[in-house]
Amino acid sequence: MQTITQVTGTGVPLLLDDIDTDRIIPARFLRCVTFDGLGEHAFEDDRKQDAKHPFDDVRFHGGSVLVGGRNFGCGSSREHAPQALIRWGIKAIVAQSFAEIFFGNCTGLGVPCVNAARGDLDKLAAAITADPKLEVTVDLAAKQVRAGSLSFPITMLESARGSLTTGNWDFLGQLLEGADAVKQAAAKLPYVNGFMA
Amino acid sequence: MTDRRNLFNKVWDAHSVRSLASGQTQLFIGLHLIHEVTSPQAFSMLRDRGLKALFPERTLATVDHIVPTENQARPFLDVLAEEMMSAIEQNCREFGIRLFNLDDNRQGVVHIVGPEQGLTQPGMTIACGDSHTSTHGAFGSIAFGIGTSQVADVLATQTLALGKPKVRKVEVTGTLRRGVYAKDVILHIIRKLGVQGGVGYAYEYSGEVFDRMTMEERMTVCNMSIEGGARCGYINPDLTTVDYIKGRPFAPQGADFDRAAAWWLSLASPKDAEFDDVVTFNGSEIEPTVTWGINPAQSVGVSEKLPALAGFSTDDQKGIQDAFDYMDLKEQQPIRGVKIDVAFIGSCTNGRISDLREAASIAKGHHVAPGVKALVVPGSQLVREQAMREGLDKVFEAAGFEWRGAGCSMCLAMNPDKLKGREVCASSSNRNFKGRQGSPTGRTLLMSPAMVVAAAINGCVSDVREML
Ligand code: SF4
Repeated sequence: MQTITQVTGTGVPLLLDDIDTDRIIPARFLRCVTFDGLGEHAFEDDRKQDAKHPFDDVRFHGGSVLVGGRNFGCGSSREHAPQALIRWGIKAIVAQSFAEIFFGNCTGLGVPCVNAARGDLDKLAAAITADPKLEVTVDLAAKQVRAGSLSFPITMLESARGSLTTGNWDFLGQLLEGADAVKQAAAKLPYVNGFMA
Repeated sequence: MTDRRNLFNKVWDAHSVRSLASGQTQLFIGLHLIHEVTSPQAFSMLRDRGLKALFPERTLATVDHIVPTENQARPFLDVLAEEMMSAIEQNCREFGIRLFNLDDNRQGVVHIVGPEQGLTQPGMTIACGDSHTSTHGAFGSIAFGIGTSQVADVLATQTLALGKPKVRKVEVTGTLRRGVYAKDVILHIIRKLGVQGGVGYAYEYSGEVFDRMTMEERMTVCNMSIEGGARCGYINPDLTTVDYIKGRPFAPQGADFDRAAAWWLSLASPKDAEFDDVVTFNGSEIEPTVTWGINPAQSVGVSEKLPALAGFSTDDQKGIQDAFDYMDLKEQQPIRGVKIDVAFIGSCTNGRISDLREAASIAKGHHVAPGVKALVVPGSQLVREQAMREGLDKVFEAAGFEWRGAGCSMCLAMNPDKLKGREVCASSSNRNFKGRQGSPTGRTLLMSPAMVVAAAINGCVSDVREML
């Protein structure tokens, strides 16, 4: 599988806290049997209420590095949220912190979610706003974000970082390899073996 | 040496298959629940890779999110919803998975159905493509929500790749005051620990308050663990748990049951169990709690005022002001008296029979205020039948509430039950996010079912304790 060691692209500043999955993709768009077509509805309701929403700002169109605040992606487990962002063009997210299920969903889809200090995020968002063409690099190997003259450290859950940088983010492939061990482990569980264990 | 592992670690260890190169654990999943929203793409992933379900008998499917609660005739009027129904029917047929469909009286909200049928048992690992899977932790299982790719992982391998969380004991001591319910306890915990306080943790709820709770109350608490950032929350199994499971259709029977019960009870965290963190609250200090903002931690006791902006850090003030603006509420305004347009009783948090009984007992002899639309949506068809045997539907209807079919209804906006425009809804559900209840500008105040009834009758947020 493809190794992901760095993502480079222009940025989209969305430095708000507690962005929940209902806002990323409102529930009515979950009435679907494929993820295709979700991209255009990302943040649809927020965009309608805020004429200046960065997802509607042409200056940020084509951006692939999303800059968020604290607890990004909280709320539901809907993979539709990262799927919508991916289809919008997002390839990496830099934020102060992430909700867990959202983070796991992103990792399994090859989208690095990295943590940075609020002060650094403020500077990055300001730099992107001042120059929307600014190239932002999220470097998982060097654990660093670079953008023009800006450069700051990032952190990421080691197991997730490792799975991306070594190309092991297809969890299903790895899990399938353990099929025999799975059957053995299951047979030892009381509720599988009639509580005889 | 005595085993000082807490329940979480015992159950985790028993289900761990092997360590993966990433450092994560391959964890066996004992019970997999699926519904129509987060599963269709997972089945497509299996088809694309030519895979089958490894243990199809360990997955149970039901339909809940898109199901209309008024007119359930097929085909549904909403063609997209109908397409999703056909997809889950077809997928379950093709992969050999049991489905509680609309024509089966065991259908209902997935987190109500599992416990009701005795499928949810202590010591299990339980996964579902739904964040409120934490509900099942009420039985002393490890239960958490997963994304669609992981639904495919479980179908194909009955396992997940997971990092082990830390465990925090959340203790609530003392006695709850009259008019304070399980919902208030969890809203209070989230208010104090914050919406991301639980990230990286599993929560063990313990202490006298939880010891005394019924299973249904424990489910209400565990249900909202995720709203506090904890992917799972649980309560140690005890005799209340064992009694609840006994005799349910999928529960072990006869001698098997006795052996099962002995194993379940042995899993409970010992008195000297080790935890990564411990926090303690005094139950007698909890008030009926109501959210005022756009996340479940933004709440106050019903006799309190909304917080002052100046009380927050500069970083937080922007978000708080945004919440005030969205809700059209002001700092230091009393929450009591805030007008409502809609009252909703239902959801996997508070759509069980005990919730409906409590709500009906308060509604009896009163009438919903003019201009307020009020609905009661049972969490499952069996809850609905039970309520009707007890005449609760008649009580609600006489009080001006609509009595509906089972489903997720107005908990989220995937079926015809939705807020309109700027409506304010007093809701027994679990999320007050912007737009959650279907109108992009709609507003939600979370509270206990009893408080929802009080609000419905008075037309504004009220203190239910004055009606008891
Ligand atoms: S009732 Fe609400 S929270 Fe529960 S499963 Fe349905 S939509 Fe999700």
